[in-house]
Amino acid sequence: MPTYLLSVYGPAERNEFSGYPTKEDLLRSLEDTKAFNDKLAAEGYFVFADGLEPATTATVVDGQGDQPVITDGPYLEAKEYLGGFWIIKAPDLDVALRLAAEASKACRGKVEVRSFHTEESFAALLGS
Amino acid sequence: MTELSEHAEQASSPVAGSRSVDVEEAITQAHCQEWARVVATVTRRFGDLDAAEDAAAEAFAAAVERWPHDGVPPNPGAWLTTTATRKAVDRLRRESRRDEKHREASLLFDDAAPEPLGAIEDDRLRLIFTCCHPALSVEARVALTLRMVGGLTVPEIARAFLVQDATVGQRITRAKAKIKAARIPFRVPTTQDLPARLDAVLAVLFLIFNEGYLATGAGTEPIRHDLTAEAIRLTRLLHELLPDGRDGSGEVTGLLALMLLTDARRPARISATGELVTLSEQDRGAWDRDLIEEGHRLVRERIAAVAAGGPPPGRYQLLAAINAVHTYARDARDTDWSQIVALYDQLVRIDPLPVVALNRAVAVAEVDGPDVALALVDRLPLAGYHAFHATRAELLRRLGRSEQAREAYGRAIELAGNTAESAYLTRRRSQLSPPRTE
Repeated sequence: MPTYLLSVYGPAERNEFSGYPTKEDLLRSLEDTKAFNDKLAAEGYFVFADGLEPATTATVVDGQGDQPVITDGPYLEAKEYLGGFWIIKAPDLDVALRLAAEASKACRGKVEVRSFHTEESFAALLGS
Repeated sequence: MTELSEHAEQASSPVAGSRSVDVEEAITQAHCQEWARVVATVTRRFGDLDAAEDAAAEAFAAAVERWPHDGVPPNPGAWLTTTATRKAVDRLRRESRRDEKHREASLLFDDAAPEPLGAIEDDRLRLIFTCCHPALSVEARVALTLRMVGGLTVPEIARAFLVQDATVGQRITRAKAKIKAARIPFRVPTTQDLPARLDAVLAVLFLIFNEGYLATGAGTEPIRHDLTAEAIRLTRLLHELLPDGRDGSGEVTGLLALMLLTDARRPARISATGELVTLSEQDRGAWDRDLIEEGHRLVRERIAAVAAGGPPPGRYQLLAAINAVHTYARDARDTDWSQIVALYDQLVRIDPLPVVALNRAVAVAEVDGPDVALALVDRLPLAGYHAFHATRAELLRRLGRSEQAREAYGRAIELAGNTAESAYLTRRRSQLSPPRTE
């Protein structure tokens, strides 16, 4: 079954409530997200899900040279960064989109849906 | 290929000259009637639009090559589908380093979901829904639908939308790549999703129609009959595939009626000098009565269905009904404007858009006078839309406010993209009394 990445983006600078307007909003969203994750698991779609620490805490490593070059901060300068993601297994995009809509409602953000390589598409890549 | 050998004798008969015309016609007709079916069937079988498109093109090329010699097969559709399937299999074999795995994957993809409605779905219906999937950009949906369902070539689509061949080619290639990579399914949506998904399909068909009906661009014909005809053909197909009673099918009937009633007025819509002729000034004798009859029949059908307790009419049914009120009037003065206002009232509730309110105001002007209508129009946030200024100009003119009318015509002319419309607006402006000299 195809695997999809559902990503959620958030502001670069987060407030004390992790980007939510109030603590209540944060708590309610966490609760909804947990309920959604449980449902994903119960229905057999769930692979992995979690939220990320702020992008300002990221580090970029370039290990292609003799010595790794280490840089503070995220890879790209942006106003919004990946804040968290789900990895799900779904039979097709229609199912993935329906789940993404629920995910979006739970986490109060837009969700980007992207499919991983399948065995077939990877074989095509190597064959071409 | 026994069906071919049966006809070989006929083709080599002494009247081969007239036969070659027949064959050419048969191929054109088969292309028109069978292209979508061939693409859809091969897609269903192999789970790959790309392969299906190539195989269909190869099958038609084979027909062009062989039918003049072998004769037209008794069932051209079956011949084309069989030939295309064989071409697709050949191609898979040629490319099959990973044959087993590939076929296995295709089969899985093919039967991914059980049929939710129990009925045998026509593969062409699946094809339409896949090409109009909301995960694709609108431009991609239009190009893909015209190519895969309509059978138009890339240069034909490019010409229709005044873009480069390469742009259309790229849109189609990217859309096919996304369908494959993201696993956009080849199936009719579930009952739950059907109304919204059908809406997306109808929007694509209406967009194709409108581009033909009021073509934009300085160098184009004001009406592109090829596009309106194609839009009607595709809508007829959808209407046939999604019979009445299926969720949302009333809107398909509505859109078909709307297109027919609009297209019926085409012969009267552009004057001999290339100017747009407004509805009230059109020569109603030039309207296509057959199309109007058919459109009226469909509208009556929907009114009866709604009266019998069916779902309330959607936007296309309401727009069709509004058009039917116009085409029902043998003379513009006989138009039942209060009924049009009532229909617009319903439409505004479904589509609370400024553009709908603008059209409603035009009808209100006929019932309550231009001053009432102008007050409605002036509230609308449509300063960038030519029709807003054209409507204001007409209302101001009728109110005797010539200076303001002239200004409004000027704005409308600046913003109008259609050559016939600009010509009309320019003439209307020139009919105003000359501006006072300062």
